[in-house]
Amino acid sequence: MAGMSISEMEEMARKCRIEICKMTHRAQAGHPGGSLSEIDILCALYGHRLRVKADEPDWDDRDRFILSKGHASPGMYAVLAEMGFITHEDLKSYRVKGGVCQGHVDMKWCPGVDFSAGSLGMGLSFGMGCAVAAKLDGSDRNAYVMVGDGEIQEGSVWEAAMAAAHHELGNLKLFLDCNGIQNDDFCEAQMRMFDIPAKWNSFGWAVKIIDGHDMASIVEAIDWMDTINDKPAVVIAQTVKGKGVSFMENNPAFHGAAPSDEQLAQALSELGVEA
Amino acid sequence: MSRMAATRDGYGDALLALADNKKVVVLEADLGKSTKSLHFRKAHPERTVSCGIGEQNMMLVAAGMASNGYIPFASTFAIFTERAFEQMRNGVARPNLAVHLCGSHGGTHTGTDGSSAQSIEDLAIYRTLPNVVVMHPCDDVSTKALTMQLPDLGSPSYMRTARNKTPVLYDGKEDSVQIGKGIVLTEGSDVAIIACGVLVHESLAAAEILRKEGINAKVVDMHTIKPLDTDLIDKLSKECGAIVTAEDHSIIGGLGGAVSEHVVSSMPVPIEKIGVKDRFGESAGAEEMLEMMGLKSHHICDAVRTVIARKV
Repeated sequence: MAGMSISEMEEMARKCRIEICKMTHRAQAGHPGGSLSEIDILCALYGHRLRVKADEPDWDDRDRFILSKGHASPGMYAVLAEMGFITHEDLKSYRVKGGVCQGHVDMKWCPGVDFSAGSLGMGLSFGMGCAVAAKLDGSDRNAYVMVGDGEIQEGSVWEAAMAAAHHELGNLKLFLDCNGIQNDDFCEAQMRMFDIPAKWNSFGWAVKIIDGHDMASIVEAIDWMDTINDKPAVVIAQTVKGKGVSFMENNPAFHGAAPSDEQLAQALSELGVEA
Repeated sequence: MSRMAATRDGYGDALLALADNKKVVVLEADLGKSTKSLHFRKAHPERTVSCGIGEQNMMLVAAGMASNGYIPFASTFAIFTERAFEQMRNGVARPNLAVHLCGSHGGTHTGTDGSSAQSIEDLAIYRTLPNVVVMHPCDDVSTKALTMQLPDLGSPSYMRTARNKTPVLYDGKEDSVQIGKGIVLTEGSDVAIIACGVLVHESLAAAEILRKEGINAKVVDMHTIKPLDTDLIDKLSKECGAIVTAEDHSIIGGLGGAVSEHVVSSMPVPIEKIGVKDRFGESAGAEEMLEMMGLKSHHICDAVRTVIARKV
């Protein structure tokens, strides 16, 4: 359950970064860049706020967390292992036949996963459904969703944005992982999105912009989300793709490429693993 | 003259009847007046979620609610459900969340709205999705009976309903309508006519014409296209030795495709398919459309004569 200190969550994020590099290296596939950009937020969410039970992952009245950018699954698996939903041994099953750690997070395969992702633009709508259900149940549980910045190029995201505001879903909380890079290139080159905060604001959402790698700021933003009860809230997190591994940082090549043996060694060294 | 009614009204009646189950919720994309979910909305606005004109969002809101223990019924025009096909595929069918999707105004029988509104591929595309039950009933009573069974299904479904009124076949016979079980409407051993939706009525009319020619046709209402009632189809192949399928849908991939796929690998018999022949429709009256597309009873009679001539 939640209640970790800032330093504990920072240490959890460091451990998760190590696992992200190891998982993608072991599989020689996967998405390290977006996993490294999201990981501080995920650690803060699970460590500070999320009302979930590792020993009862299907508990009806749990908060939901929907990783809509489901390719960034190594980050989520690493957190689920840290939180005890799965074992660290399970992390070796990433992209392996029969493994709980499917290529993209999948609710049918992995304990603690609330949404079967893999196709961008779907998670916010699903989260809206969870939020509507919670209200119908009279429950105070929340639905937290994470999307990438490239992902909001999907039109259906804005169907969900409009609908969630229309229904005044104060229990729907969104994190936007703005790492500035998508599959083929920088977002600026693929599809300029202009004023992203203004877009969400104009759709009727409460908006807050933070540094997505500053644990104290993330925690503060999560607490701020708690105060928004009459409309959906979005935290726009400025992040660095590949954060924590120098040669991956802000490098489009590591959206969907695994580190080599040498690169893994360097990454682990940078993350404080003694050779 | 038998009572006339539209299948969409059976759907609307069923939703209202299901409302006692507090887990039943309705999702709309601005066409509740047309799909007939409006009756539920009026009686239970708190359990009705308006998604505006946004079908992709609607499908996944439904999926999210299903994952929280609700039983969502989402509806729009059949053609607009297709806009959310990938949401149905990845967000509903893949995690096997029991969302029940209803596409009304299906088929060319929809008429004057024209080809943009006449879905002739819905049954084919939803049939390809694992976990999804696909239905196309022919009258309001069977539509209601099938819809009433959905909360116990435990897996997702797609049902096509129609806008226009057709004769009611099942007044007082609701119990004979079961998901996955075809219904034999007339007895005969010369040919089996397997139909769904509006074409059940054309098939019954065809059987009457054929009887006068000395051809006895067994007409079957195959309201469930998936899972297909293969036991019944094997029986029909054995007893009749020839099959005609009939649907207001493309001849590619729908009921005719499903029946053919099964028969070719079990007990091969000649099959002729009545359906829309790989083309789009246009604006015309419902009956004019059936005539134009080759879906009337006399077309079915021609197909029967052809298939019987092919018997060895």
